[in-house]
Formats: sequence, structure tokens, C-alpha cells
Amino acid sequence: MFPRLRISPTSLRRWSLTRPAPSRVALAAAGLTLALLVSITVATTIGPADIRFGEVWASVGSRLGLGGSPLSALRDGIVWELRLPRVLTAGAVGAGLAIAGAVMQATTRNSLADPYLLGLSSGASLGAVTVLVLGAGVLLPVAAFAGAIVALVATLLIAGAGSSLAPGRTILAGIAVSSLGASLTSFVIFWTATGDSYREIIAWLLGSLAGADWSAVFIAGSALLLIGLPLMVGGRALDAFAFGDTSAAALGVNVARTRLLLLIGTALLTGAMVAVSGSIGFVGLVLPHAVRLVVGTRHRTLLPLAALTGAIFLIWCDTAARTIFDPRELPVGIITAIVGAPVFVLLLMRSRRFS
Amino acid sequence: MSSLVAQNISVVLGGRTVVDDVRAEFSSGLVTAILGPNGAGKSSLLRVLAGVDRPASGGVSWEHEDWFALSRRDRAREAALVEQDAQAELPLTVRMAVTLGRTPHASVFAGPAPEDAAIIDDALADVGITAFADRQISTLSGGERQRAHLARALAQQPRLLFLDEPTNHLDVGAQLATLALVRRLAQANDLAVVTALHDLNLAVTFADRVVVLDEGRVAAAGHPIEVLTPELIESVWGVSATVLAHPRTGSPVIVFELPDGPAT
Repeated sequence: MFPRLRISPTSLRRWSLTRPAPSRVALAAAGLTLALLVSITVATTIGPADIRFGEVWASVGSRLGLGGSPLSALRDGIVWELRLPRVLTAGAVGAGLAIAGAVMQATTRNSLADPYLLGLSSGASLGAVTVLVLGAGVLLPVAAFAGAIVALVATLLIAGAGSSLAPGRTILAGIAVSSLGASLTSFVIFWTATGDSYREIIAWLLGSLAGADWSAVFIAGSALLLIGLPLMVGGRALDAFAFGDTSAAALGVNVARTRLLLLIGTALLTGAMVAVSGSIGFVGLVLPHAVRLVVGTRHRTLLPLAALTGAIFLIWCDTAARTIFDPRELPVGIITAIVGAPVFVLLLMRSRRFS
Repeated sequence: MSSLVAQNISVVLGGRTVVDDVRAEFSSGLVTAILGPNGAGKSSLLRVLAGVDRPASGGVSWEHEDWFALSRRDRAREAALVEQDAQAELPLTVRMAVTLGRTPHASVFAGPAPEDAAIIDDALADVGITAFADRQISTLSGGERQRAHLARALAQQPRLLFLDEPTNHLDVGAQLATLALVRRLAQANDLAVVTALHDLNLAVTFADRVVVLDEGRVAAAGHPIEVLTPELIESVWGVSATVLAHPRTGSPVIVFELPDGPAT
């Protein structure tokens, strides 16, 4: 006798009724993951030297010990030393900024919030510009990260003085720190910068991935894993903030602690991304909205999908930035705005859900 | 019968005592209205009772146990709060808003529990907004939105339900419908309902008990029509009141005039 497997029609129906959303979400996540892998590969093939799709995987495979590379040393170097690190950095930065933006918007309950809200971008800029002007460009990631953290601490101290980081107060504190950082940056540029460093500074301020190497991949990738993933897991707490602090507290959330942890997590993630790429605008502000318009507000769904979309988006923006006016490069921040703004307007007009 | 007992609660905000030595008892199955002029401390008291804020002094007991000895999450499994004019900044469907009620019952790491969908469907049906489940909450009318918030509170499966002026900004029909719904929910689920209210006639119609606050202190408490005498209304709200009998139903109706006579 075979044991009989009994599945009643009602239990099947109940299962499908109670779990419709996860399967759809899983499908979207799987589709986007595939799109991300294809994007990484295809973007790596694009550029002045012709690299074929298969050659990318052959080069990667040989590094992972799966047989010798069939590519010449030069072509292998182009894939492994130049293009792949840049594409991977773009992906990690895009994912990180999208997560940071979505978390920041929910934590402060402000649609206009972006990852740089707490003065991070201007703090990082001040640090970066200072070392560029001093001619110590190698220290740039460290200086940018340090600047971002100093700005964060200043903002939290101003906002947290005697309160539980009320959103309005936090935003205003961020604006104050941003303005101060921006004016100090302008002062440094105005006082000291000359032709070459000026150009370098402007490119960095607008956001650029031109300098991305494996150390950038390491910084952005580990920030994404160590900070981005926990932020995504904390998504459920963010949902509870939808109707404000009191509501969240009445749902059992420790509002002050949760907000502080989320703000610090977001800031560290953003600081790491800024350190490798400068302040790339638009991704963290608009991508979370765009994904929200399509998949809804639930953070368990929103954050992973926004991360995947952000990665794909920035990979293609950066590919455009380095190829359209080849051999000259555009700062990728220009492309993200040029491409992203009309797409967002389109989504906004097509959707009545955004009010 | 379970009861929540406020034991000499005081709340201090910005150096001012807004709730002063309040003692009161709230029982399951009953609707208790907290009344009082603006600034009398109704919302502050409600936040303490709901377990959102701790009192500056005094305590709260629920079923003879210290309410604040429970974790925040455990309190949220027992008590739900519907705030005044709670608005979402980001787009949110009604179902998603109601789903938030499951927050204290789920772990951050696990996904939604299998029984959640049924609980959410029941909550939507209990307040009669199943048809709106997939609409944006911002597109609902005031009364419908208030029902969505009630559904969110029900999804918490609470035994205590706190409402802060649930009839605020609602038209008269929606006011009556909302409070009738609250009453029905209290009786059906054996909930202890505590609601801040402004309208004394709504309190007379829908509340089993009232607690009248005046400058943070309990001015009177008990059965609505026994408590809301013309003398008490004059001393707490500063208006002259007369209690009439409704010409058709005979139930008491309070009418008001300014102390120095009717305006002409």
C-alpha cells in the first residue's frame, strides 16, 4: 500500500487565499534578480573594447578557479580590473541608496526625504573636497565617510536635544547642517581650487563611479551586506510608522530606539556609498517612490524590490555616463536625473494611487 | 469581568500638570466616555491608559497586574488606540492599514502568520468596509476612514480599545454610525472601550459611563445622565445647560446657552 497524500480542496483554497501576495512578490524578485544578472553581464560587455557576453562569464569563471581564461591578458584585465568592479560598484551603490531613501522616507514620514537628508552629502563633500584640494586623493573615501559621520552626529545632537528625534526637528537639523557643510565646501573650493582639482571636485560633487575599483566594490558591497540587509529585515517596524509616532507606539514599537537605529543605519549605509561614488542624486529620492507606486507601501516587499531596481537603474545610468560621450565621461548624477525624472513623472501621471 | 484601573495618575507636559491624580476604573463590555473642555487632559490620560506614555506618578493596573510591567509589545496585544485624525504621508491601501494591526503579534523576522489574512478579513467585515479594502485610505470619506482605523484596531485583537475623539470632523450621520459601531463592537467582543468625546449628547446616547475631567482632575464620574447635571456642566464648561426629555422618545437631551442668557 502506498501512503495516501490527502490534500483537501478547502485546504488548498485557504492556502492560496492567505498567501497570494508573497508568491507574486517572489516572482517579481526572481525576475528582477535575473534582470540584474543580465544587466551586470551586458553592461560589462559595453565599452570601447568589444567584449562578448560569454567572455564576461569566462573571465569571472577563471577567477573563481573554474579553468583558465580563454581571454588575452589585456581583455581579461578590461573585464576584471576595469569594467566589472565599476558595474558591481554601481549596482551596490544603487541598491544601497534605494534602501536608504525608502527607509529615510518612512522614518521621517516625509516624501521629500532622501538618503542625504541628515546633512550627509554636504558633510561627505566637505571631507572629500578638503582632501582633493590638499592633493591627497587616495584618502578620498575615508575623508568622505568621516565627513558624513561628523554631519550625522551633528544633526542627531541638534535634533535629539531633549526630544525623541521628532521627524520635523530632525529634518530641520539636517537642513542646518547641510547648509553649513555646503557653504564650507564652497569656501574651500573658492579659496583654494585651481583648474584641474576644480574639475575633479565638480565631477565628484555630482557623483561619479569613474574611480571604482575592487576596493570600492568591497566597501559598497560590505556596507550593503552588513547594514543594508539588517535595514531590509527591520522593514516591518517601518510599516508601523505609517500613521505616526503615537500609532507606532500603540502597535508595540519602541519609537525612539527604532528611529535612532534606523537613522544611524541609513546614515552609515549612505556614508559608505558616498565615499565610493560621491553624492549621486535622485536614486534615493525617486526610486523608492517609483517602486512604491508599483508594489505598494509594505516594506517587507518594497525594500528588496527597491534595492534590486536601484542596482539595475544605476548600472545602466553609469553605463550611459561612460559611453554616450566616449571618451569623455559625464558625472552619473546628471544621467540619473535626466533619465529618472521623466520616468517618475510618467509613473506619477499614470498612477492615481499617489495622492 | 476584567478591568483597567487608573491609580492616582498624574501626567506632566513641559512642566505643567495636565493630568492630576486621576482615579478611575474601566470595565470590559462597557463604553466609557472621557469628557472635558479643551485642554482638560483627555488625550494625555488616554495615552497613559493605552500604554503609550508612562505617567509621571501613579500607576495603571489591568486585571490586577501592573500595566507598565508588561513589555510595550505585550501591551499592544491587549490594547489598541485610534488616534485623532491619524493621517498617512505615504500611499496606503485600506487592507494594508488594517494589516498594521497585526504588528504586535508578529515577529520582525518571520513573515505574516497564516491566520493573519482571515483576521484582517474579519476586521474589515466587522466594520463593513470589505468593499473598500483595496482603495487608498486617503480617498475614503471621514466616516469610512474612521471605520478603517477601527478595523486596524480590531485586527490587533485587543481587549481594550481607546479612541481619541472618534467623531471629530464627521458629519452627524457618520458620528452616530461610528459610535453605534463602537458600541456594537464593545458588546460583541467584550471590549473595554474608553473614548474621549466632546459632544455631551453623544456621551449620553452611547456611553455606559462617563469620566469628566476639569483641568486634569476628575470632576465627576458615573452614569452619564446622573453625572451630567446642569450644575456640573456650568462649573466645568462654563455654559448653562438644561436637560429636556426628547419629545418623541423621552430620552434625555442636553441643550445649552451662554451663562448670560440666550444670544439675541
